[in-house]
Amino acid sequence: MKAPSFAYAKPRSLAEAFDLLERPGAKILAGGQSLIPSLNLRLSSPELLVDITALKGLSEVEVKDGTVRVGALCTHAALERSEEVRKHLPLVAEAVSHIAHPAIRNRGTLGGSLALADPAAELPACALALEAVLIISSRKGERRVKAADFFKGLFETDLKPAEILVGVEFPKADKSVFLELTRRQGDYAIVGLAAVVKKAERRLAFFGIGGKPILLKPRSLEEAKASLPTPDADLYHSSATKLHLAKVLLDRVWNRL
Amino acid sequence: MTVNGTQVTRNVPPRQHLVDFLREELGLTGSHLGCEHGVCGACTIRVNGEIVRGCLMLAVQANGCRVDTIEGLSDSKELEKLQGAFHRRNALQCGFCTPGMLMAAQDLIRSGKKATREEIRAHISGNYCRCTGYHAIVDAIEEVIKTEVTHG
Repeated sequence: MKAPSFAYAKPRSLAEAFDLLERPGAKILAGGQSLIPSLNLRLSSPELLVDITALKGLSEVEVKDGTVRVGALCTHAALERSEEVRKHLPLVAEAVSHIAHPAIRNRGTLGGSLALADPAAELPACALALEAVLIISSRKGERRVKAADFFKGLFETDLKPAEILVGVEFPKADKSVFLELTRRQGDYAIVGLAAVVKKAERRLAFFGIGGKPILLKPRSLEEAKASLPTPDADLYHSSATKLHLAKVLLDRVWNRL
Repeated sequence: MTVNGTQVTRNVPPRQHLVDFLREELGLTGSHLGCEHGVCGACTIRVNGEIVRGCLMLAVQANGCRVDTIEGLSDSKELEKLQGAFHRRNALQCGFCTPGMLMAAQDLIRSGKKATREEIRAHISGNYCRCTGYHAIVDAIEEVIKTEVTHG
């Protein structure tokens, strides 16, 4: 289908973007790789799309004191190509290669993926596992929110109207493994696991099993398996299948950490 | 925007997708329209040198961009070897997916990577073909990579 009608604006500064976002029915457009399909399927009908891709300084990768700051407009393809990301955030580098397909990774953005908070998406789980801090900008200034507080539920985040997610700070981990199970290359995960070790603590972020990514900090494999919540079924997989697959991922990941 | 090397200026409604603009405004019907939600890859085109989904980009977002379509790449003979290999290997049947498939395959070949069959499959994983079962397509792309790419 074709998208419904809407107005379009491309602000050149954050101040201009905040003004536009105060208009009724305004919605942020970044890479558009989830928003435009939802418009095409008429699942969403904003009155005004505010294209933030002309805002400067929001697509850099910067390494400073053990953290990697990534601008919200950094595309998945740019994350995939970045030497810094591969070196300091191998978890994210591994995860992005699972996101859809090259043509989509060329436009989809880090900020878009986090702000949408799809329960089966890779990057929200990575942010949670790594204890990332999300930097949110509005007319009132900047605020910082931990990933654990940012993801509230199914497609629901801490972002308020007229706020823009401008960047993410990822602390480095000591070790990490990323795995997901899909029916076909590039599909959303049936179940996925972003796992890191930080200061001898194992942080396991599961995705695809609930409304938002779920973090476990188990001391043993048995404890991890026992503390898995009952997964939500989706259209194609029962809760029991997902629970089984989550345990399969745990077995595969545990000894690699 | 510049389409296949020619400067184009138009007023477009914001809701118009880039692929519809190319097909309906410019008559460039080589880029096909399949699923219209980013799954099938039939509308794959190149924007500023990178492949994108023509149905997941608004025409207005391509303002000031360089857009290349199957017509441009075919006329410039950039796709000559790939087209030859597709023909020889029978890597198409109905042809609906072929323009998008060629755009995705050429993107891999241009990267200069000596891709394995598995990597070829991963790179075209976003392009659906309902006729061939992909085997002949992978054969054709592999043939070109083997002859074209000398480093990797």
